[in-house]
Amino acid sequence: MDLLLGAVVLGVLLGCFYAAVSVGLSVSFGLLDVPHVAHPAFLVLASYGVFQLNESYDIDPLLAGLAITPLFFVFGLLAYRVYYETFERRGSDAAVRGIAFFFGIAFIIEVLIILQFGVDQRSVSATYIGKSWRFGEFRIPIRQLVAFAVALALTVLLAVYLSKTFMGRAIRAVAQDEEALRLMGANPVRIKQFAFGIATAVLGIAGALLIIVAPVEPTLDRAYIGRTFCVVVMAGLGSISGTLIAAIILGVAESIVLTLFGASWAPAISFAMLLGVLAVRPQGLLGR
Amino acid sequence: MNKRNHSIAFWAAVAVFLVAVLSMTQIVRNEYPFFAGYVILQFIALAVAWSILGGYAGYVNFGTNAFFGVGVYTAVALFKATGAPLVVQIAAAAVVGMTLGFGVGLLTLRMRGIFFSIATIALAIIIETFVMNWRFVGGAAGIQIQRPPVMAPFDSYVKMLFFVQAVLAVIAIAIARYVQTSRIGRGLQALRDDELAAECTGVPTLKLKLIACMISGALISAAGAPAAMYLQYADPSSAFNLSYSVSALAMALIGGTAHWIGPVLGAILLGSTQQLLAVTISSEVNVLVLGIMLVLFVVGAPKGIIGLLRPRYRLRAGGKQ
Repeated sequence: MDLLLGAVVLGVLLGCFYAAVSVGLSVSFGLLDVPHVAHPAFLVLASYGVFQLNESYDIDPLLAGLAITPLFFVFGLLAYRVYYETFERRGSDAAVRGIAFFFGIAFIIEVLIILQFGVDQRSVSATYIGKSWRFGEFRIPIRQLVAFAVALALTVLLAVYLSKTFMGRAIRAVAQDEEALRLMGANPVRIKQFAFGIATAVLGIAGALLIIVAPVEPTLDRAYIGRTFCVVVMAGLGSISGTLIAAIILGVAESIVLTLFGASWAPAISFAMLLGVLAVRPQGLLGR
Repeated sequence: MNKRNHSIAFWAAVAVFLVAVLSMTQIVRNEYPFFAGYVILQFIALAVAWSILGGYAGYVNFGTNAFFGVGVYTAVALFKATGAPLVVQIAAAAVVGMTLGFGVGLLTLRMRGIFFSIATIALAIIIETFVMNWRFVGGAAGIQIQRPPVMAPFDSYVKMLFFVQAVLAVIAIAIARYVQTSRIGRGLQALRDDELAAECTGVPTLKLKLIACMISGALISAAGAPAAMYLQYADPSSAFNLSYSVSALAMALIGGTAHWIGPVLGAILLGSTQQLLAVTISSEVNVLVLGIMLVLFVVGAPKGIIGLLRPRYRLRAGGKQ
């Protein structure tokens, strides 16, 4: 019983971390309908950026993540511009070729990381990595607690941004009815581009969390395709609060399966849940 | 009459090709061309098979690796259990691949666009996880395969596999060619352009998609069946490697999916480039080239090589919009 309780607690921590890595996708795929399968590849790229800063200048990984955020914002602006010009504006089979496009980007990022850093696992150093807190029977690594707190803050911050600020509301408006916005004199493409920039910028911090939680390797993005899309689809496209709930469900499910059946079954959990959601309730938990 | 002439030309080319392949195995001493050629032929089969669902119907299947891996492991399991000969292994893999295609189709073909693509990635990972936990075929650690003695008229196993894969590629091409010109292909193209309109005008869309998914699945699994014999080894993470999915899709898109010749051209071009790069530089660089070519073609030449070669396809595509 204690074992199960421990699994649930760790699952909730893990879940908030999953929310942080998925929340950008919830904007780019959920709100903007961009089939962004390269999202996890950008995530891993951010981790390597954090690794590099930590390694050469001994900067705290979270600060390093914050430092690369503006760079990722610009990445996002550029990526959306290319996507818009080549696919969205031309219409027709944009989604189909868009997926192929982002898969190509993901593969290119993977190889560039391998060429630069090699295939070995990389990790960062910080004072809170390696220690853990004891609660009676079970221990919680402090790195997990740090990741949990930052992830929760990040997700809540983005949710507040999207619901309270002018720009945030404009982003949600463009997702709901682009044409109406255009008639009101706004430029929907500019708004979408900005939103995509935000969605990518968040990955700076999320990438820092990724490498804080566990060592990273270049092809790690493949495992996160399932997790991030599972969370976003289960949440209901574009729902930020749903993202948090769905991510916690995934985290707890993964943690329990890991405890009861062992690590070899864990990779399939997110994908099995994703398939289940797609088959049973495609609009997600809090679907629009 | 014109169509008939085309058919005669096609089968004549097939006969010439197979005779050439067979005589090459008898004449050439060096084994390396067969090692490299096998991989290119395998990619031709995969790209052509992928395009039956992905190209004609516009359903982007990212689960090529699932079907490929299932083919590999059907062959491995059958060989380990009964010592069945290669032909039986391939036939069994095709049947299992077809059954899997039917199941995948039922589960996912109502999903559109990216949901279908993600669902197929998901299936691949789930199946891979099952194979990893399947002790009989070696689990995650993989399994060594002892090749049986080679059959006449071949003097080495790799040469025989090269010929077998050539036959599989020809079968895939012939089926893709038949599907393209038949009612199935026209129905698939109609639903690709506008599924709702096709459904309304009486095209049995779900049935056609299921057929396409089964044919495509059977051909991909069959192409994967000899892989364990080729490598003398099988393990889940290479048999279910995502790069099979991306390669098949990239080759088909780069070649062009409006005609069966597109994926063949794409596979020959990209497959031989990759073989060359893997030998001369490194396997990482050939993945890089794959990614860059995929992005460039998707952005710059949406109709692929055949779109560039034959403006008629571009015109037709222009007319659609």
